[in-house]
Formats: sequence, C-alpha cells, structure tokens
Amino acid sequence: MDPFYTQELLPALNRGIIMSTKLIIPSAILGLFGGIAVGAVRVFGPKPVKIFFNGYTSFFRGVPLMVQLFILYYGFPAIGMFIEKHAMHYDLPKIANLGQLFYFEAYTAAVIGFILCSTAYHSEYIRGALLSIKSGQFKAASALGMSKFQAIINIIIPQAFRRALPGCGNEIIYLIKYSSLAYIVSCIELTGEARAIAAQSFRFTEAFTVVACYYLTLVTIATWILKKTEKKLAIPGFGVK
Amino acid sequence: MTQTIPVLSAQNIYVRLGGKDILKNVSLYMPKGSLKVLIGPSGAGKSTFLQTLNHLIPHNCGTLELNGIAVNLDNKKELYSYRQQVGMIFQDFNLFDHLNALDNVAIALRKVKGMKKKDANQRAEQELIRVGLQDKKELYPAELSGGQKQRVAIARALAMDPTVLLLDEPTSALDPELVGEVLSVIRNLTKDGLTMVMATHQMDFAKALAHEIVFMQDGEIIEQGTPADLLKDDVTSRTKDFFAKLDTVIEDI
Repeated sequence: MDPFYTQELLPALNRGIIMSTKLIIPSAILGLFGGIAVGAVRVFGPKPVKIFFNGYTSFFRGVPLMVQLFILYYGFPAIGMFIEKHAMHYDLPKIANLGQLFYFEAYTAAVIGFILCSTAYHSEYIRGALLSIKSGQFKAASALGMSKFQAIINIIIPQAFRRALPGCGNEIIYLIKYSSLAYIVSCIELTGEARAIAAQSFRFTEAFTVVACYYLTLVTIATWILKKTEKKLAIPGFGVK
Repeated sequence: MTQTIPVLSAQNIYVRLGGKDILKNVSLYMPKGSLKVLIGPSGAGKSTFLQTLNHLIPHNCGTLELNGIAVNLDNKKELYSYRQQVGMIFQDFNLFDHLNALDNVAIALRKVKGMKKKDANQRAEQELIRVGLQDKKELYPAELSGGQKQRVAIARALAMDPTVLLLDEPTSALDPELVGEVLSVIRNLTKDGLTMVMATHQMDFAKALAHEIVFMQDGEIIEQGTPADLLKDDVTSRTKDFFAKLDTVIEDI
C-alpha cells in the first residue's frame, strides 16, 4: 500500500476519530437528556420558564452552529476579560475570578456548543411527542395521587420518548456530522486532521474520500445502536406496527 | 340507615367552565358501603361531577369532605392523599399504554405509596386475581380487550385501597358482550362493601344494585331516591321516564 496511507493519512485520521468520538458521545448523551428536560419544561413548565426556553430554542435553532462556536470560543473570553478588568477596577477580586469561567479550551467550547445546539433540536422533537400524549394518561395518573411531576416523569415522558426516538436519532446522526465544525475553533478532530494532511500533501481526493468512509462508518454504527434501542423500547401496539 | 358521617360528601358544588354553568349547587352524601348511580342525559354534568369529586376538574364553589373532614384542596400534599382515597374509573380506561397490566397496577403503589417493587408487584397480582386477570399480567393494554382493559383499570384503582370509587360510565365504551364481565366485577365490589358512585346507562344494573339513583339534568340533581321509590308503578318520576325511553330504544332495535 502507498505509504501515504499507512504512514500519514490513517494514523492522523485514527487520532482524529478518537477526538471526534470524544466530542460526539458526551454531546449526544447530554444533548438528548437536555432535550428531554427542556422539551418537558417547554410543555409543562410555568410561563416565565416556558418563555425563557422557547427563546433559547429559537436562538440555537436560528443561529448557524459555526457562529455559535465562534461566540463561545472567541467571544466569551472577551466577556471574561471585560469582567476581570472592571471588577479589578472596583477592587472586587471574587467577581474578577468569575471572569475565568469564560475562558474555554477548544474542546470544551465545542462540546458546550454541540450540547446547547442539539438540546434545542431534541427539545422540539420531545415537545411534539409530549403534545401527542392523550390527556387521559395525565388524568389517570393524577387520579391515583401522583403529583404533576411524578406523572410527567413516570407516565408522560416514557411514552413521549418512544414517539420522539426516530426524530432524536436523526438529530444524533446530524450531530456526528456537525461535530466536524469543531476544527474551526481549533479542536482538531477527524475533518481537521484530514484537512491538515490534505493541505500538506495536496492529496485532497484521497484524504477526504477516506474521511467520508470514516463518517459513514460512525453513522452506520449510530444507526445500528438507535435501531437496537428502538427495538428494545418497542411495546406492542404502541406507535406504528 | 343509621346516622353516621358519610365517608364522602360533596356540598353545594358549583362549576363554571368557559362561561357556562356546568354544575349548579350539586350535593351528594355517600354513606359507607353505599352505591349511588348517577343517571341522566348526555351533557347533564355527570362526568364533570365525578371528576370534580376527584378534583380533576376544580370547582368554583363548594366543599368536599372525606370522613367528615373538609379537604383543603389547595394543599398539594392533602390533595394527593385525598386522590389516593378516591379512586377513579374512566369511560375510556386510560391505562398507561407503555406498561403491561401488572405494572399498570403496580406503578402507583411504587411511586405514590413508596412500596418496594417486589411488594408492589405482589399486591398488584392480588388485585389482578380479584378481577380475574392473573393470566394476563404480562400483556400490554393494546393486547387486551376492552373489558379486560377496564378490569385492569379497576384493579389499578383498588390497589390504592380507596375509600370511595368513582366510576364514569365504565361500560359505555364496551361492546355488549364485554359489558357483563365488567359489571360482574363491580357487582362483587358492592358485595365487599366498597362505597361507589357510578355514572351509567345500564339501567338493569342500577335497578338491581343501586342503593340510590341520582338523576341529573342541566348540571343539577333533579331527583334522587331508592330505585324502588323512583320506579314504583304509581309514581311519575323523571327517572322512570328516562328508563322507559331507554327501554323503547332497545325495543325499536
């Protein structure tokens, strides 16, 4: 085999896929749980909380992910600096320390960005599913003495989650692909590694064809896991089938 | 009947929904072990009244008393414990679709009563035996017939050891062949001395088992009395009229 593959491209991409996995897995899991929480709050929460999270969802669905990442990685440190500068001016060291919170490493910035973005999308799938659950389920739970919270956690969400799963799976597959944006905030993952190799060697076709195969493999694995999950959670007569 | 405190009493219940008076000054007293049957045309407020008794629909005026003590419905804790003691059976069953028969019965035992899973399942199984469904415990609602679903719903309510059971047309969504199995379960409950309020159009059942028939129309109770009193040959009552109409409908068919 051409040593370009064995010596350069594959080692770099294998490094990249590890970083990609480190980005994808926490983002997928926390994004999904975040989405369930935000979706539930947007349906059942008190009005001000509803308004807040509707705003949150509109923002993160309305602004390109790349812009969000730029704000997190390049914009937030400026806010941190601003806080530090002014807090020191008024001699408030405790507040000045808060400024530190705004400095993110590239990896952290990317994961936060992905979680916030996929939470927003998941919450929309979950919200739709929650609204599709018949009100009788809630009534029956209340009639047994469950609190609103207990009914939501034990009765409504388990049903809604099953209905939302195909949509949420779709979002996770999207996430695998938009994780490639991490390299623009200097978190070098699969796409970042490929870009570097391609730029060095000018072998764009080979580098990106192999990268495409890597992503395809990731998505295939994710699809398989999602299918297994759907099967495991399937209930006779619940949903289509 | 001796002068004892009713286990459940609703006094001067008034419900206004969407600018319409749904219930006007409805009162009901349930002595221990009594079965009262609510009848009346559709839209009379029977279903609303039953849901008010369980506070699924809040009332604008009036009080609910359990064992002679007024329930403070604004206090969430008190409300939840009140609801545990006032079971509810719905016309369309409302079984939890994602749980099998056993878990449908057991979930509230675990989550509301805080029982351990093993104990809750054991209790749930007993209740399923009581309604004759011990061999269906693994089945999901979609795999059960209407009559079986309603019996699971009854088992689910009974598992909470309710003081009073409210039944909102428990057989209306069932085809005639399945009505019998649900009614026989309810009949057994009356024998066990459970206090019940039931809205129904099953007049034979009402005649045979009700201690009192309560006739509602336009959000008011317009008649109440024992079946014998209301259906005597020499009285004219709205109830008798209504039953006669139901009879002719059946004869017409």
